[in-house]
Amino acid sequence: MTNRILFILMLIAGLTAPFFAYPVFVMDLLCFALFACAFNLLLGYAGLLSFGHAAFFGGAAYITGYVTKEWGFSPLLGILAGTGFTLILGGVFGFLAIRRQGIYFAMVTLALAQIIYFLALQLPFTGGENGLQGIPRGELFGFIDLNNSLTMYYFVFAIFLIGFGIIHRTIHSPFGEVLQAIRENEARALSLGYDVDHFKLLAFVISATVAGLAGATKAIIFQFAALTNAHWQTSGEVILMTLVGGLGTVFGPVIGAITVGALSHELSAFGSWVQVILGTIFVVCVMVFRRGIVGEIQRLVNRKQN
Amino acid sequence: MSIQVILAQALLGLNVGVFYAMLSLGLAVIFGLLNIINFAHGAMYMLGAFIALIGYSFLEQWFGVSVQIGFWASLVLVPLLVGLLGVLIERILLRRLYDLDHIYGLLLTFGITLILQGLFSNYFNVSGTPYPGQPESLNGVVNLGFMYFPTYRLFAIVLSLIVCFTTWFFIEHTKLGSRLRAGVENPNLTQAFGLNVPLMITLTFAFGAGLAGLAGVLAAPIYSVSPLMGADLIIVVFAVVVIGGMGSIMGAILSGLALGLIEGLTKVFYPPAASTVIFFLMVLVLLFRPAGLFGKEK
Repeated sequence: MTNRILFILMLIAGLTAPFFAYPVFVMDLLCFALFACAFNLLLGYAGLLSFGHAAFFGGAAYITGYVTKEWGFSPLLGILAGTGFTLILGGVFGFLAIRRQGIYFAMVTLALAQIIYFLALQLPFTGGENGLQGIPRGELFGFIDLNNSLTMYYFVFAIFLIGFGIIHRTIHSPFGEVLQAIRENEARALSLGYDVDHFKLLAFVISATVAGLAGATKAIIFQFAALTNAHWQTSGEVILMTLVGGLGTVFGPVIGAITVGALSHELSAFGSWVQVILGTIFVVCVMVFRRGIVGEIQRLVNRKQN
Repeated sequence: MSIQVILAQALLGLNVGVFYAMLSLGLAVIFGLLNIINFAHGAMYMLGAFIALIGYSFLEQWFGVSVQIGFWASLVLVPLLVGLLGVLIERILLRRLYDLDHIYGLLLTFGITLILQGLFSNYFNVSGTPYPGQPESLNGVVNLGFMYFPTYRLFAIVLSLIVCFTTWFFIEHTKLGSRLRAGVENPNLTQAFGLNVPLMITLTFAFGAGLAGLAGVLAAPIYSVSPLMGADLIIVVFAVVVIGGMGSIMGAILSGLALGLIEGLTKVFYPPAASTVIFFLMVLVLLFRPAGLFGKEK
């Protein structure tokens, strides 16, 4: 029930946002929100800490950028290509990473993502440190011009809703229930006859694909695939967003992405101090605020009801 | 391709390898007792290099004291200072997270990394500041018969190897080391025998941090000192740790050295892959020996 109200609120906020705020900024937030939702599926529901999700977010952007710019793909087809790329990449990374548990899983994903970072830096078509520039926005279905920022915004919002829906559906399916069982007690889930590795891999692939969808969309919005999106710091940022908003809650990552995104934007004048502040928020969240914003609200609501 | 070129790159690779070895050794020692991965390990390496740099070049300019802390003094002082920071982090922050999932320790130390990195990025150029304090006695080159090798680099290799193997000997062959291993094996039982396990944990964390600080001082004259030097390194060291497995101290040292060597040789045979070869080796190890070369999975 609460979730339904929150969803309607989110829908209203999303539909009206471009009239209150700069549309490109809101689109950026939406991409990060979707990215954080995808990440939350892994950490919040399957208990897997991936420290390499920037590889999917950043990697998809390069593929989408390349096929729309060089091969003349339409924006929708380009986004599909980028997302499809992360589907495969997620399969490969997931297959390798689930061979190790816990803390090793985090280190493996971080190291694997670094391969993508170096490829993005060194491959001939990526533009090195400058990133892939001049990606066309093009036309949706061949007749809707996406260069209009309001049109672009609703296109992005639709993509966000689709991605959000996929994650939401996954969490609230029998599959999602098994994931939570694995998070709570992997040995018991295994002894109940669940093929734990299979579930983990599938969760990883879904998460990677939706993260890729977010990254691919970002490339079309900004007409630019940035190297920083593939950097480990972006992997850290998405962890922070999820943590601030509330790990393992449906709307936490969205709230977290908006909070952290708005904060970074407001503080951008302070240069490197932003990093210090984000680091401090990280420490504070881990020490005393582990439930996150949505998690704390849920706790208060539950306490009142009892 | 001449054998000289290959040997030269192998030695330079070994030079990188000793840094990998020192850092992965510190990570392994900390992991053994605390069960956490210290993401801030790279930041502590960077911090070590910066304290040495500030002590040598900036004390007068910043604090108005006309003291210059030379290389030799830094070599002793910096590990102590970084170790002290380790004590504070462990006592004030990490200690409260031991009952939680171990990923919180990783996340906490990641936050600390961002703070340290951001702080130094404010005052220093990310492209690096040279450390001018290399002692005169270590200038010049040594004739190794097949090539001339910078004296300082040779010194860094030898000193790091001594530190690594002393640590190994200490943990595996002394009484205090055996207590430490008992703490790794079963902390509750060890504490029941009257050993102060919390103190052991604090000192172990400080020791690992100090080791990273020492590596930082040793690296300062070779690479320019930059706020990002630790972050770039620590991810490679993570891969080294995954390859070696954290089951054994010697495993951490040997895989660090070997992977540095391999990276150096890749620079000769196929330079573009030099920055990723260790990650690809990690993939191979995960495929064929998931627990790592020396590892035993917990």
